[in-house]
Amino acid sequence: MNFITGLLNAMPGAVSQGLIWGIMAIGVYITYKILDVADLTVDGSLCTGAAICVLLTMHGVPVGIAMACAVLSGLIAGLVTGIFHTTCGIPAILAGILTQLALYSINLRIMGWGTGGGKSNLPISVDKYDLLVSARHVRDAGLHNPVLLLAVFCVVLIAVLYWFFGREIGCALRATGANGNMARAQGINTNFTKVLGLMLSNGLVALSGALLAQYQGFADINMGRGAIVVGLAAVIIGEVIFDKVFRNFALKLLSAVIGAIIYYVVIQVVLRMGLSTDDLKLLTALVVALFLAIPYWKGKLARRSAAAPAVVAAAAGATGKEDDGDA
Amino acid sequence: MLELKGLYKTFNPGTANEKRAIDGLELTLEEGDFVTVIGGNGAGKSTTLNLIAGVFPPDRGTITLNGRDLTHLSEHRRAKYLGRVFQDPMMGTAATMGIEENLALALRRGKSRGLRPGIHNQERELYRERLATLGLGLEDRMTSKVGLLSGGQRQALTLLMATLKKPELLLLDEHTAALDPKTADKVLQLTKEIVERDHLTTLMVTHNMRNAIEYGNRLIMMDAGRVVVDLRGEEKKNLTVRELLEKFNIENDRMLLSE
Repeated sequence: MNFITGLLNAMPGAVSQGLIWGIMAIGVYITYKILDVADLTVDGSLCTGAAICVLLTMHGVPVGIAMACAVLSGLIAGLVTGIFHTTCGIPAILAGILTQLALYSINLRIMGWGTGGGKSNLPISVDKYDLLVSARHVRDAGLHNPVLLLAVFCVVLIAVLYWFFGREIGCALRATGANGNMARAQGINTNFTKVLGLMLSNGLVALSGALLAQYQGFADINMGRGAIVVGLAAVIIGEVIFDKVFRNFALKLLSAVIGAIIYYVVIQVVLRMGLSTDDLKLLTALVVALFLAIPYWKGKLARRSAAAPAVVAAAAGATGKEDDGDA
Repeated sequence: MLELKGLYKTFNPGTANEKRAIDGLELTLEEGDFVTVIGGNGAGKSTTLNLIAGVFPPDRGTITLNGRDLTHLSEHRRAKYLGRVFQDPMMGTAATMGIEENLALALRRGKSRGLRPGIHNQERELYRERLATLGLGLEDRMTSKVGLLSGGQRQALTLLMATLKKPELLLLDEHTAALDPKTADKVLQLTKEIVERDHLTTLMVTHNMRNAIEYGNRLIMMDAGRVVVDLRGEEKKNLTVRELLEKFNIENDRMLLSE
């Protein structure tokens, strides 16, 4: 009984976190599913968004503008990765790792702004500043409850992205990921669309970081560590559960958000069942590896069973010949 | 109309895999020419088409189309003037996008892409009409994902996409080689109809000598990165596969001897 009530008490928090990471998951969806690139920049840009948002808010900038600046920082991070990849010809995965590494130093500098050095943590109190979301209000009724606010936020974001990907440039971006050769043959500058996709993705990830920092009350240099894996987990969970039901593009984005919520609810459950938070990343990595492997195994199995009758027939033919020879 | 002058292209220069694919290629196409291109493996047929399309730049030489120098224009910029169908049926279409979405991408070839709708309602009527000409029933499944289509259907769709917006030059790179004979004939027939209907200047690479003779008004044979036989008019019309094979063998022998 205690377990159940404890779990129920933890639900609003888990859902809020899920919604915040859901925005991040949409960013991952854009690169991983649409552009067909695993972009590791996000591990850095999440913290960049958080750091920028907290720093600017502390310096008296309205939180809305601070978040807009956070998005801008994400766009720039994506731009850098994009330039590494397209103009410098560095493989996408390595380009992302390079930007991510560079961002580690930059994030320390941002959080240490005005102290003359770097800082690995920057707290911000909801009592002193007018933040958009905070874990403090997670059980309140009303508009400042983060669950409600974040849900509206996600829906609006999905609507905007749905609109965008139905436009000419959005279609060009989708074509780039689906078939780069075809896209170029149709006059699409695939280098441009790739950079655009990476920017868009990291802008969303930085926005997610800005919200997360407000929600938890601090920005931290390690908050983005393994973010790509959490994002992938959300995308994959959403896909496994809703792939057959959700055909529409907007619903596919929504399934990534729901995937993120499910991820955080499951995390709450296993934590309450006694798993140490120290082991969380190990668990996440294993789950993602498993879910990535399943479609591959399924495909292999399907090929084998399709090939099996032919193999049997060939074997029968071979033994038939031997029998003839003996006779 | 199309002028290739002194083209050279060497792959992997300075390595053990160095391969001179195009070796001083000269070729001029007239407006409305339907040229079939034959030649052995490594003769430089596909490389020629890829040079024209801008997949990679030539080491030397110039590519001019209707007075415009394309030599240093990037692939997506010159796509404006070119329609392309590839050997691999998977290569010309986006599998995860719908049939009408693919056509909408093709209709916007060479135009700048902004925040206008990716597909207009009025366009659908045009697509339905054009798809109906293929006789494959695709006009009734315009929202289906292209990945669900067969190789032949995808190739027919790619052909439609390449010619939806009239190209100045149509490049067909063994576009029926991966299809079964019956489907290949169907796609070739479609090709002929579309080329004749729109008076398209066409460069068609093929491995099939019979097709090379049957289609088009001009036939060129390539060997070692150069044009070695160039036949047109009556001379081409009266050609037999046997004669062509003889020419082919002579050229092959000459190459063997020279090596």
